[in-house]
Amino acid sequence: MNFNEIKDLLTDKFGQTAISVIEPMGLQPALLIDPDFIVQVCEELRDNNKTWFDFLSCLSGVDHGPEKNKFEIVYHLASIPHKQQLVLKTIKDHARNSDTLPSFLTVSGVWRTAEWHEREAFDLFGIYFEGHPDLRRILLPDDWEGYPLRKDYQAAEEYKGIKIN
Amino acid sequence: MQVNKTRYAQLTEGLKPEEMLINMGPQHPSTHGVLRLELITDGEIVKEVIPHMGYLHRCFEKHCESLTYQQIIPFVDRMDYLASMNNDHAFVMGVERMMGIDKDIPKRVEYIRVLVCELNRISSHLIAIGIYGIDIGAFTPFLWCFRDREHIMNMLEWASGSRMLYNYIWVGGLFYDLPVGFEERCAEFIAYFKPKLIELNQLLTGNQIFIGRTAGIGVLPLDVAINYGCSGPMLRGSGLKWDLRRVDEYSVYPELEFDIPVGRGEMGKTGDCWDRYKIRTDEIAESIRIIEQCLERLQKELKRSPEFDPRAKLPKKIIPKEQDFYIRAENPKGELGYYFICDGKTEIPRRVKARAPSFNNLSVLPEISRGVLIADLVAILGSIDIVLGEVDR
Repeated sequence: MNFNEIKDLLTDKFGQTAISVIEPMGLQPALLIDPDFIVQVCEELRDNNKTWFDFLSCLSGVDHGPEKNKFEIVYHLASIPHKQQLVLKTIKDHARNSDTLPSFLTVSGVWRTAEWHEREAFDLFGIYFEGHPDLRRILLPDDWEGYPLRKDYQAAEEYKGIKIN
Repeated sequence: MQVNKTRYAQLTEGLKPEEMLINMGPQHPSTHGVLRLELITDGEIVKEVIPHMGYLHRCFEKHCESLTYQQIIPFVDRMDYLASMNNDHAFVMGVERMMGIDKDIPKRVEYIRVLVCELNRISSHLIAIGIYGIDIGAFTPFLWCFRDREHIMNMLEWASGSRMLYNYIWVGGLFYDLPVGFEERCAEFIAYFKPKLIELNQLLTGNQIFIGRTAGIGVLPLDVAINYGCSGPMLRGSGLKWDLRRVDEYSVYPELEFDIPVGRGEMGKTGDCWDRYKIRTDEIAESIRIIEQCLERLQKELKRSPEFDPRAKLPKKIIPKEQDFYIRAENPKGELGYYFICDGKTEIPRRVKARAPSFNNLSVLPEISRGVLIADLVAILGSIDIVLGEVDR
């Protein structure tokens, strides 16, 4: 199935509002999925024999900067039987207030690969994944404050009383 | 924000009276680097393994947000430091494809890139085999592998200037051409190395003690491997013939002949540690085939000439159009991927995410090591062949 056929398959199942296309002319066109539907879309892509996207290559968090105040998750899927690749994206607005985190649904029930990738997105961007069995920091120490890969991250002056220059 | 206890908290706080929580700490000779494994054991049987990483985290992705594409290449080297030519190659392929210049790279440059990448694949697999032997307790293969690896490192030092972190493959070409006499020296090395590979196989591959320690241990079923995102020798060990050099057909690999070894469960079950080890030794033999074909072409049709300049096609400024792009390539450890986000206006990418194969391969460790002995855990970890520089980036 090529990109347009996959898009039609998903639009038939989930409706026009859930699925739309970004960058159709680029080297790798992506499908923009409504954040509430992402788990169902992923399950459909994995279980449908015509698409059979059984391999999650990469799950990345993206911060669009303080002007746009959007957080995005990009999923790179691969289908081993059909030798196909697909890119999915979900975007949410978030005003960067410090008491809540931008929250997305977890796909770790669909591909166990996502468990550690989502932990990394939580660690470096502060994106919360609802339903994740084990969401805690993975690369940084457990007591680190702040989310370094955000565009507005200010490095702390001190770590446990030791000055960082 | 968290309403339920994390699985980690449930495991570590719900210990039964006979269980112990032991640390296989970051400083350990068998954990292949600074990896901390928290084991919940009942006597010597491991009930649960919880890996902790991050001791080698060097903020690669944050650095990339303030460097140009050419400047990122030395940083990319340092992720999988045992196979840095392959890291460079994958990164450079991604940038070239985004710029649209990937069809203009001279053939000689492409063949030299494949040659050094395959040399580096041999050297990475030699370390995997040598260190695996020494984890199990066999000391001789370790020194033999390191002796042979020295020859490869000397050659690559001659070509690029440094023994391990080469910064040799640049966007649009190479740093320098191969030195005069490199092809002959490489052919001598291959002639020297082939009997040594046979000796190495005689020492470890059919050794009854080695088979007893590795066959049937750490069996990774294929559906678990795919679900956890394992790639490279781990996925091929479970029986699937999946090699990105043949699937994606990048660089000049379509013109080269080589086979893809797959695990068949000869000594135990398909997907056990012995299968993964055997695939690595077979891949060394396949890499030797590729190198011989490259050398033949580099000495005949693509001979060196005085007017050949490997830096001729280097772009003056690397500013790809505004796009996202994901490139994947076959590293010795598995599928290495880079996800670029370019804004089309500056030479500095907005985001470069590195998808490291060892990160995903390590995530399957808790799943395949329930109910094994601690000594078997060392064998399983050695067969996964991780490099902490990649896991932590």
